Amino acid sequence: MLDDFMIRAGLAGIGLAFAAGPLGCFVVWRRMAYFGETISHAAILGVALSLMLQVSIFAGALVVALLVAWTVNLLSERGYAIDTLLGVLAHSSLAVGLVVVSFLSGIRIDLMAYLFGDILAVSRLDLVIIWGGALLVLILVFWRWSPLLTVTLNEDFSYASGFNPKREKLLLTLLLGLIVAVAIKVVGVLLIVAMLIIPAAAARTLARTPETMAILAGIIGAASAVVGLRAAFVLDTPAGPSIVCIAAAFFLVLNIVGSFKSFQA
Amino acid sequence: MSLLCGNGVGVSLIEVKNLSVIYGSRIALSKVDLKIEPGEIVTVVGPNGSGKTSLLRAIIGATPLAAGVVKLKPDIKIGYVPQRLNFNSSLPMTVKGFMELAHNGGNKSTLMALEEVGVSSIMSQQMSQLSGGQFQRVLLARALINTPEILLLDEATQGLDQPGSAAFYRLVEDARQNTGCAVLMISHDLHVVMSASDRVICLNGHVCCAGTPEVVASAPEYKQLFGMETERTLALYQHRHDHDHDIKKSHADP
Repeated sequence: MLDDFMIRAGLAGIGLAFAAGPLGCFVVWRRMAYFGETISHAAILGVALSLMLQVSIFAGALVVALLVAWTVNLLSERGYAIDTLLGVLAHSSLAVGLVVVSFLSGIRIDLMAYLFGDILAVSRLDLVIIWGGALLVLILVFWRWSPLLTVTLNEDFSYASGFNPKREKLLLTLLLGLIVAVAIKVVGVLLIVAMLIIPAAAARTLARTPETMAILAGIIGAASAVVGLRAAFVLDTPAGPSIVCIAAAFFLVLNIVGSFKSFQA
Repeated sequence: MSLLCGNGVGVSLIEVKNLSVIYGSRIALSKVDLKIEPGEIVTVVGPNGSGKTSLLRAIIGATPLAAGVVKLKPDIKIGYVPQRLNFNSSLPMTVKGFMELAHNGGNKSTLMALEEVGVSSIMSQQMSQLSGGQFQRVLLARALINTPEILLLDEATQGLDQPGSAAFYRLVEDARQNTGCAVLMISHDLHVVMSASDRVICLNGHVCCAGTPEVVASAPEYKQLFGMETERTLALYQHRHDHDHDIKKSHADP
């Protein structure tokens, strides 16, 4: 069954979506979209470095993504103007990454594969990495669900009930780093944040509790992956962007339906 | 040798000694001493930027201490009501869900806590759709649900009108009566402070004066800080007792 590249692609998309949905909800709730952009843009630097050093792309991207995530988390605690700082980090690491890649002679590198993903080329090993990473994200989010939600509401709530919100914030940042590294192959660094935010935002219209929003986001993301892949196959369009287009369509339709409902009510 | 056992009052809930808090080059608090005993209501008053919130945040461990110590009774249960919660409307959450995040004792205790503050009917409503008064009551219910030994309130009535905040402070008083918890609150509502507190601490970077409401009210330091404001508060108070409340209501009901 796994011999079919479409099946492997579908499984990769579903695996990513299941983890990106719940994690993406926190990105939406905590307004961390730009934060996610920064980590994902930095990942291209990781890709460039691992091509240069001839190590695994996943490992390189993971290390750089986690490092940047950790740095940004640290700096934000020191009270730096975080928006500007993120802008500097995001674009300079993207630029440096692109420059580093241009120095790599010999092999011609198809950068598009890293910027927009190459889901149709997912190997069995990639699948193991994607599902392993996705399960790790899901387990950690599930395990720390209440503290994460409490920190999202108000950090002083966390302090008053005797635990340190900094740990939870660090966990969220590192999970973002992990999901970025996992998602490079599926949708590429430029569209990772879309997979975090769009399904979550689409799920918001249907949900009355944070739990249902997280689950729905996972389902909408997975449906987008499956439908998007099919559309890409039929229409001969790039797979990663097609998946994001379908997710955006979900967002649009659900919002229109939602506002009609609230008119009636 | 019974003196070794303490001073007879029992263990203090909170003991702050020689506390200083510094942000960058700005000294928010310097050499503050404070003790809260079980069951008493202590109010901190002071102008904007006088370090009131810093004091509360230092007590819960949310801000680093530049000097001094904050000693909490071991395993103390704190009920915390923040100044204002910017509830992000992208986060769907019912009042029930919000309460259960603080305490998973099930429906019954959630209902009881909400009943105590008079908002049990809104249990299934979305947090982002509550009115200001309802929201603050839910915050109070959340703080009370774990039967805290002390309530910490950081200007919990900000944004409420005068009758609204008076009703809120009555609920706090009731909670103290029913559970015997201590209360440490920051307040701008001077007239409320004076009537409902056992002790008042007047803060302006340091402790200006402290004692029973009568003592503080007649202290020259207090008058210097609040003389003007007291008059203004009274003026506002009278102004707000216009009958525009009824007019609004008849507009709302078609």
